[in-house]
Amino acid sequence: MNLTLKVWRQKNDKSTGQFVTIQAKDIADDMSFLEMLDIVNDDLTRKGEDPIYFDHDCREGICGMCSLVINGRAHGPNQGTTTCQLHMRSFHDGQTIVIEPWRAAAFPVLKDLAVDRTAFDRIQHAGGYVNINTGGVPDANTIAIPKVIADEAFESATCIGCGACVAACKNASAMLFVSAKVSQFALLPQGQTERYERAQAMVDQMDAEGFGNCTNTGACEAECPVGIKLTNIARLNREYLSAKVLSQRDIHA
Amino acid sequence: MSSKSKPLFSSSLGKKLIMSLTGLFLCMFLLIHLIGNLQLFNNDAGYAFNKYAVFMTTFPPIKVVSYLLYASVIIHAIYALVLTLKNKSARPVGYNQSAGSANSKWNSRNMGILGTVLLVFIATHMSNFWWKYHNDQVPYIEYKTDLKTGQQLEVRELTANEFTVYSVQVENGIETVQARDLYKQVDFAFQSLPLVALYVIAMAALAFHLIHGFQSAFQTVGFNHKRYIGCIRTIGVWLFGVIIPVLFALMPLYFFFKG
Repeated sequence: MNLTLKVWRQKNDKSTGQFVTIQAKDIADDMSFLEMLDIVNDDLTRKGEDPIYFDHDCREGICGMCSLVINGRAHGPNQGTTTCQLHMRSFHDGQTIVIEPWRAAAFPVLKDLAVDRTAFDRIQHAGGYVNINTGGVPDANTIAIPKVIADEAFESATCIGCGACVAACKNASAMLFVSAKVSQFALLPQGQTERYERAQAMVDQMDAEGFGNCTNTGACEAECPVGIKLTNIARLNREYLSAKVLSQRDIHA
Repeated sequence: MSSKSKPLFSSSLGKKLIMSLTGLFLCMFLLIHLIGNLQLFNNDAGYAFNKYAVFMTTFPPIKVVSYLLYASVIIHAIYALVLTLKNKSARPVGYNQSAGSANSKWNSRNMGILGTVLLVFIATHMSNFWWKYHNDQVPYIEYKTDLKTGQQLEVRELTANEFTVYSVQVENGIETVQARDLYKQVDFAFQSLPLVALYVIAMAALAFHLIHGFQSAFQTVGFNHKRYIGCIRTIGVWLFGVIIPVLFALMPLYFFFKG
């Protein structure tokens, strides 16, 4: 099939970008969206033009590198998929596809469709870890964790940090990401030591990065490629408010 | 991990907590306001409603709550503005294509617009009734009621000279009540079609605002218990999204069509 792409092209983080119309010819139904862009880039390179710059890595939906807002939807029109898992059979011959980068003050565009998502890394550095002595691999089941809790923590831990929640949110809020990262530790015994400081430190960093405020529209949950639920956001609110209002734990100085 | 964190109300979650708590307080008020105002439907020339108006404006605990209420409206509006401005600045370059309806409901994305309609409505509503009542710009009325039979014997409009202060006197089993006639003011105001239209539109806005707002307030305080959240959502949609706005909207319509 043949497609008309309207792609955001931007030289670097300093310049102002614009939409450029590019024709994608002879695209097969079973190609992934990124393979389609590879074909387009091959063509551009042969013509001596600058290929479209976009983020990608594993191409099997687990790394969280690919992004793209496709016709107004983060990771394209399908639910529960990343852009690399989106196939061209979801489009039809002659369709115009508008491709934009994630838009958020905290995610500045680096080049074309790639944005700087290190704001997420800094939120993780602020509290998305546990301080434990690692040593050798512990025996299985030395710490008993109920199955439902383990499952819930695992569900939260499936967040791949792609940033689709921020891209889809009308406020560019990072609450779904932060709540997933806080939840996975708050639920498990290994995460208890820093439980309340973690929620406060990560929320502080989230605010400092310039993300917006959550208004509970649910757009993040609808667009999340791995199905992180809004219940995580309620848990983050609970963790944060109980740390602040009910049981603030500070080192007494 | 730093053990020093920012104060609660300078964080995004703290500001949202304020939105949530003031919002829930305003929801509580709506319920009380509705129950009181249902007396407008009484066919007693406003006897019960006017007595109720005196109670609501003079009983000290209610006065305290009313100041909390005015503060809540103002704080809710100011914080909404602060949070919205922050949200706008979080995405300085917008999308060329956006498919909002594909992933969220219209009212959840437009709480600010709905809230602005409500703020305009509250200003109109208060200047029409609250201001006029508190500044002696409503008519006066006298009711004579037989206390034995409960029958209303006489209803008479008073002139400004005849009325001094709200009074209830009982003589030979006949109760004489002199009061400010807020009921008449309500009746008079709702003869205006534009005003009735504004009220009906505002109640539609209220419905959509609360269908999202009520359950959203619980999410913001972290209340999301599997067993009760269904009940919260049902109350949000049916009580605050349907029953309360519809009953409120019926009041101007009742007076308009009653003539």
